[in-house]
Amino acid sequence: MITLEHYLGVAAILFVIGIFGIFVNRKNVIIILMSIELMLLAVNVNMVAFSVHLGDLVGQVFTLFILTVAAAEAAIGLAILVCFFRNRGTIAVEDVNVMKG
Amino acid sequence: MTITLFAFYVFAATAIGSGLLVVLARNPVHSVLWLILAFFSVAGLFVLMGAEYIAMLLGIVYVGAVAVLFLFVVMMLDVDFVELRSGIAHYLPLGALIGAVLLMELGMAYGHWTFAGEAGNLLQSPTPALSEADNTYALGQLIYTDYIYLFQASGLILLVAMIGAIVLTLRHRKDIKRQSVVAQMHRDPAKAMELIDVKPGQGL
Repeated sequence: MITLEHYLGVAAILFVIGIFGIFVNRKNVIIILMSIELMLLAVNVNMVAFSVHLGDLVGQVFTLFILTVAAAEAAIGLAILVCFFRNRGTIAVEDVNVMKG
Repeated sequence: MTITLFAFYVFAATAIGSGLLVVLARNPVHSVLWLILAFFSVAGLFVLMGAEYIAMLLGIVYVGAVAVLFLFVVMMLDVDFVELRSGIAHYLPLGALIGAVLLMELGMAYGHWTFAGEAGNLLQSPTPALSEADNTYALGQLIYTDYIYLFQASGLILLVAMIGAIVLTLRHRKDIKRQSVVAQMHRDPAKAMELIDVKPGQGL
């Protein structure tokens, strides 16, 4: 029998993998963006699991909106990345200090 | 072991394994491909839960748009990815420690919680019975009525993101020749060509 806790466990592990990825790939901003996508995916799993378990459809509606925001965030993030690459010739984010006064 | 439980473990293991490979793969192109596999396995989990609309959305929006966008950018940028991975062994212990601590905290939180007594009475819009309406139908009934303003707002968010991405990446290059249709249409045939009678043995 698959319980709610099963899904919550999968979501927790996926979320932790996302955070782990951000810490490990500190130079490669593309992998950092992918890690953020993984974390949002874990949040979506939580939302849908609770929605199905409680029998309330609103959780799935909100999953839809999280998905929208995640897509918009990926588009903007990658656009900024392309812009940054044109200006600096690299995507190493460890030493980004363009905005330093 | 029922087939459902078996499917759950297969999808969950695939999602977690490919998630790990996303952050640990050497080649970012492989990372994107593992990300696609993770999305598909989570979509399988959603189907198991009975949320097939969200599962389809995950396949279309995440795999079809977001992951392909990542793939484009990874292939477009000429980056030395080996150099970018140089510090990974340095950060690995710290990352693993933080991940383990966070996982332990989440496990402790998951171990000790219960639904509030009145949680069953607080449902905003209870899921209709499957004989009445399937998942997609019920979600459509909800999105286009109660949540129509939020739905329009999410469309607006996508529009703003699209305009923002175009504004950020569009550049007007000065060093290339462009076609000017107006200038072409206003050319005068009399001035467009000049006939020169070159004498033999002489240049211009």
